[in-house]
Amino acid sequence: MLIIKCPWCGDRDETEFSYGGEADIKRPVAPEALSDEEWGDYLFMRKNTKGVFKEQWNHSAGCRRWFIVERDTVNYDIKATYKF
Amino acid sequence: MQKNRLKSGGHIQRDDILNFTFNGKKLQAYKGDTLASALLANDIKIVGRSFKYHRPRGIFSCGPEEPNAILQVGSGSRTEAGLKATQVELYDGLIASSEKGWPSLHFDVAIINDWLSKMFGAGFYYKTFMYPAKFWKLYEYFLRKMAGFGYAPDENDPDYYSHHNEHCDLLIVGAGPAGIMSALVASQSGANVIIVDEKEKFGGKLLYSDEKIDNTVAIEWVERAQAELEKAPNVKCLKRSTAFGYYDYNFLTVCERYTDHSPETTVNSPRQKLWRIRTQSVVLAQGAFERPLVFSNNDRPGVMLASAVSEYIKRFAVLPGRNIAIFTNNDSAYQTAIDLKNAGVDSIIIIDSRPENSSAATIKTNELNIEVKFCSVVTNVQGSNKVEGIEIAKLNSETGLHDNELIYRDCDLLAISGGWSPAVHLHSQSGGRNAWSEKLHCFIPKNTHQKNTSVGSSNGFWGLKDCLEDAKKRTSEMLTDLGYELSEKISFDVEENNYVSMSPLWRVNDGKDPESHPKQFIDYQNDTSVSDIFQAVREGYKNIEHVKRYTALGFGTDQGKLGNINGMAILAEVLNKPIADIGTTTFRPAYTPVSFGVCAGQEIGEFFDPIRKTAIHDFHENQTSPFELVGQWLRPWYFPTQNETIENAVKRECLAVRNSLGIMDASTLGKIDIQGKDALNFLERIYTHDVSKMAIGQCAYGIMLGEDGMIKDDGVMTRMAENHFYLTTTTGGAASVMSWLEQWHQTEWPDLDVYLTSLTEQLSTIVLAGPNSRKVLKKLMVTGIDKESMKFMTFVKSKIDDIDVDIFRVSFSGELAFEINVDSNYALHLWNILIEAGKEYEITPYGTETMHVLRAEKGFIIVGQDTDGSINPEDAGLGWMLSRKKDFIGKRSLLREDSIRNDRKQLVGLLSLDGKTVIPEGAQIIRKGAHKKPIPMYGHVSSSYYSPVLGHPIAMAMIESGRDRHGEEFLAVASCGTEIEVKVVNPVFYDPSGERQNVE
Amino acid sequence: MSKYSALSLIRHAFSNNKNWQLAIKDAEPKKSYDAIIVGGGGHGLASAYYLAKNHNLKNIAVVEKGWIGGGNTARNTTIVRSNYLWTEASLLYEKSLKLWEGLSQDLNFNVMFSQRGVYNLGHTLQDMRDIERRVSANKLNGIDAEVVDAKQIKKNIPSINTSTSARYPILGASLQRRAGVARHDAVAWGYARAAAQLGVDIIQQCEVTGILKSNNQVYGLETSKGRIESNKIGLVVAGHASVLAEKADFRLPLESHPLQAYVSEPLKPVLDTVVMSNAVHGYISQSDKGELVIGAGIDPYIGYGQKGSFCIIEHCMQAIMELFPCFSRVRMLRQWGGIVDVSPDACPIISKTPIEGLYINCGWGTGGFKATPGSGWVFAHTLANDEAHHLNAPFSLDRFSSGALIDEHGAAAVAH
Repeated sequence: MLIIKCPWCGDRDETEFSYGGEADIKRPVAPEALSDEEWGDYLFMRKNTKGVFKEQWNHSAGCRRWFIVERDTVNYDIKATYKF
Repeated sequence: MQKNRLKSGGHIQRDDILNFTFNGKKLQAYKGDTLASALLANDIKIVGRSFKYHRPRGIFSCGPEEPNAILQVGSGSRTEAGLKATQVELYDGLIASSEKGWPSLHFDVAIINDWLSKMFGAGFYYKTFMYPAKFWKLYEYFLRKMAGFGYAPDENDPDYYSHHNEHCDLLIVGAGPAGIMSALVASQSGANVIIVDEKEKFGGKLLYSDEKIDNTVAIEWVERAQAELEKAPNVKCLKRSTAFGYYDYNFLTVCERYTDHSPETTVNSPRQKLWRIRTQSVVLAQGAFERPLVFSNNDRPGVMLASAVSEYIKRFAVLPGRNIAIFTNNDSAYQTAIDLKNAGVDSIIIIDSRPENSSAATIKTNELNIEVKFCSVVTNVQGSNKVEGIEIAKLNSETGLHDNELIYRDCDLLAISGGWSPAVHLHSQSGGRNAWSEKLHCFIPKNTHQKNTSVGSSNGFWGLKDCLEDAKKRTSEMLTDLGYELSEKISFDVEENNYVSMSPLWRVNDGKDPESHPKQFIDYQNDTSVSDIFQAVREGYKNIEHVKRYTALGFGTDQGKLGNINGMAILAEVLNKPIADIGTTTFRPAYTPVSFGVCAGQEIGEFFDPIRKTAIHDFHENQTSPFELVGQWLRPWYFPTQNETIENAVKRECLAVRNSLGIMDASTLGKIDIQGKDALNFLERIYTHDVSKMAIGQCAYGIMLGEDGMIKDDGVMTRMAENHFYLTTTTGGAASVMSWLEQWHQTEWPDLDVYLTSLTEQLSTIVLAGPNSRKVLKKLMVTGIDKESMKFMTFVKSKIDDIDVDIFRVSFSGELAFEINVDSNYALHLWNILIEAGKEYEITPYGTETMHVLRAEKGFIIVGQDTDGSINPEDAGLGWMLSRKKDFIGKRSLLREDSIRNDRKQLVGLLSLDGKTVIPEGAQIIRKGAHKKPIPMYGHVSSSYYSPVLGHPIAMAMIESGRDRHGEEFLAVASCGTEIEVKVVNPVFYDPSGERQNVE
Repeated sequence: MSKYSALSLIRHAFSNNKNWQLAIKDAEPKKSYDAIIVGGGGHGLASAYYLAKNHNLKNIAVVEKGWIGGGNTARNTTIVRSNYLWTEASLLYEKSLKLWEGLSQDLNFNVMFSQRGVYNLGHTLQDMRDIERRVSANKLNGIDAEVVDAKQIKKNIPSINTSTSARYPILGASLQRRAGVARHDAVAWGYARAAAQLGVDIIQQCEVTGILKSNNQVYGLETSKGRIESNKIGLVVAGHASVLAEKADFRLPLESHPLQAYVSEPLKPVLDTVVMSNAVHGYISQSDKGELVIGAGIDPYIGYGQKGSFCIIEHCMQAIMELFPCFSRVRMLRQWGGIVDVSPDACPIISKTPIEGLYINCGWGTGGFKATPGSGWVFAHTLANDEAHHLNAPFSLDRFSSGALIDEHGAAAVAH
């Protein structure tokens, strides 16, 4: 049961948040210029890091803000949380 | 007549006699007894049968590690299976049964398994019951019947359970000596403390100790401390409370039992409560478990843990034998001999596997003239339904093997002690590691992962003084670390026995093959014996995890609390490796079993998931409309008049809309208000159509795609002002669309000036549909809705009965229709006004079913019914909605190889050839004459109804290259196998030119 | 090699069980192999077995970081069924189900495949439409399936709550009678023993630290037991697929999530079939030992810790109370977590990779156990022929660029 520090609200129980997966996936500026493979890479391919991982969370039952969490996916320790 | 009850002593209330039954036999005991002590007091020897060999078994321990006395307790809807008699507090009228043995507990025909036990060695079931293959069902039927400890109730639980969230600075698990000391220290620091213990009384091991603290008997010290802690404002004392789970971020789950010990269950109290505790830090003072010794027939009723014998004598004044042998490899069991002597037993012998020594323990037993045989081991137990005697041999301390010059000795109770293992369960659950101690011969906690510390005997300190010192020291460190100042010094004076010396004896061994001896049990509950481990290794199951799984070691309901360490040590011997190299096993919650009910709490039944009702719900309920569950919403399904069938009601409702006037509660639609100077820009990126083309006051049907190009949701978008839009979403999609928009805005385009507000609850939506809908509004003097001034797909602000409304001229039925948004507080009022005003047009409320029929007649899709996450706009016939001028979410995906296939499934209409049959929704579409399975499927029926206005059934389907197949005939195959001949047609069945919008 | 049977048990009893042959044979790595399977779970061992059995490869190794069968094989709820919506998926799972039906005899190891039926419950009108659609499709694909109503459900499962006033009333279900449960450990051990009999080297405690390639052709592995060479390597490591793919410099469309499950204490028979409900997020069966075996939904976050959050267990308990309120006094004995590799369309990836000679079998999400035999069968084919079997051709990695996903999310048949 994680405790996540919302950068706006502070420490809150995991149940107040929803998960948004890998952070820093930038939507391509000109999607039509990409090959099917490059587009597929943006759409589906994920780092799925074992270890410290940058991910997005939403304080969905709170301020509804999205923010970044750096978390170790092995022991679930959160190293840092910060705003976009 | 409680044969084994001592005349005096114990913490029982002799004036409070309790009646109970065991396997139908009426018995008596006292308040303060556990079910186990009550059974022992009544000289009940056999309480169960073992899992595999059906060997008779007796009470073995005094706590949660009990492997044998697993009973069904209570009856009817309150019966509970699998309870350990050692943990059940006795109450008057308790009914217990063993649920083992056929025809009876004392004579179980399945004992034949024991005689043939060599056939039923480790993993035997993997090697047989395979031939003939179809017989497995039969084998399994009997195997299942033999397994299991008891019965689940077949009625619903009459009790309820609650949950409670709590925060604290320090949670102390276990209120034995170390836990109490820790709580005393913490209490004085001012920290916010919770201390939990599974028993009804604090004290742990001190409940049956004659050691002294501060010059008083330990128990008195305990009572004083408990009183002090209960008085302290910063300490919460939870009794009958088991911390069963230790999760990340110092989140622990504690189950507190309120009514299990009391015969009349109070109506106003939950049966159990789940404490969800977040704490800054944890002190683990769970104590230690005594280990059995491993020798032949060590499972006979009458073999008990030495500490359990002491506890029964001193806590319960129960003496489970008269002629007693004690077999030990350590000093602690000497205390049992002393306790027995003090209880008046004369015939006591200690068989000690260690060489003669002059420890405090031996000196004391010498004083008491208790016979001790050093360098000796018990090799075998005589008697099958009870201990009748033992065989003793000399142990060669050099080789660790015993000779076979056996001495026989009668006894009726054999107390055994193989040393102690710290209860590292919660430490392990918390992510901490354990290390094998060569000095203490047990695993002790090492490397905590969370902020916790193990103290006392759960940290490997056996002596009372050491326990207390350790608790004091570590708790102080923890508190200092948390920033608390420790003002007072706690000092204590201990008069302890310090019977702690131990020398390992993992199994009694004469060097011969264990198969040549009677079974030497390691895990009693699962009948795992030494020979099983040997065999497992012989067969290549060498990893501890394989051994455990293959032999079932540690998989019983005691979760290996008794047998695991002996098992691992014996495995180490077989593999000729140090125990440390065998590895530890990971403990998982629950520490002791916990009811499903308390984990579920009160969010069950109607509270399992919230139900949402519209502001107009009372009207629907008064009409006794059946409801359809859509997401969390209850929506009226149809509005039957008396005894009307759904078919007739829907027919009536449909025709009312087509011919005159219907009214529908559409309040569950998702509603989102979007403002900001970049609102347009934002929506351009989300929706597929050219939003910029929309004039102020104009509405447009809009779809949004996932980035994968598939239809995600649809609705109507209205441009309320230059930078102000209002969107509707599907009922089920409301929340997820809102989140989706927020996510794009915040994570991808935070620079856009956009504000999103959900209005789903704030606004209610009433739909007036039918050729007479405008007339009703006119009758109510509503302005701005004239045919000339208000075009189709436009919006106007107006008033009805002086209530502000937003009116949208949109239509999901194909008829002239108005969607009226109103503040939810006025919704029911407005609804009633409209109903009243519509009477002259026989205004007819209609539900979701009619709405579905009407839209299907027009070929309109419902996202989630006609689409399923694999349908793109072209597939759904919505290609015209895709802007060529701009990028939008999902656009690129529509260019992928698979998106431009020309054999994709496409939306079509279907008619049954006979003109009568309503095709079942979900039916698959195949070619006529296709028989060889797998039969190619061209698509499926997504929506299907009888159309009252057309007078025949209609359906919508997704069919491969469907738009090119108009006129082709197929078979629609229902799940029951019915085949219906169908023809592919255009999906717009009614008013294809859209004329009906244009009535006056 | 001696065969297991009731007779063998008797024979060995007379010789004090002294002469049993090795079931799990530990091997040390040779310098090179014709093919290597990385991952000694059910899928990996099955792959090795079928490589040896169907494709006549002699020199095969399975390398396993820990102990065989120690990952998801040891942690799942053992449900086996094939009633998936899409033809591609259902035919693959049906191949597997057919193999399950003769697996104990084929392996000469009792995997206790118990065809006690699986009910997938429907709680809303849309659920029932989806069930109708799926069952109809299953039958046309030659897979046994039927739709049952609430009354039939109550008759067959007396302990279930079919009250119409339930929060999630049960309107009906799909029933696959040939579906059921199996004994998880036995599957890994059975395949390991049978594979070893065919000469497969099973190398435990051997962690892959690097994947060797040159000119985009794989030629071996660096492991904790040294370099092992082969130019055919199959990765079958479930939750760790992305970790190994990274070592070979390619990406996968996976997220590895915790998936939790728990068992009750052993009870006398009380549930004779398998009940699953996606709507409430719970599924339940009773093991032969008597434990109620219950699975929850996945934890939302990526997690390699074989642990999840208690709120998921709590919610799952509430779901079970919704379906079986009479189990309220039954007690949870043990809970645990596995790591499931979830793909975007809830379907597996059984495919060649961008690297020649390197193959991947992953993405089974919450539904891998049931597929063990079929997965091994088609993966072995793919390795041996350097070309997908027709059953796994749709499950290639390139579907994520072409867009030809097999979306089992959309339909009701997701999950387990």
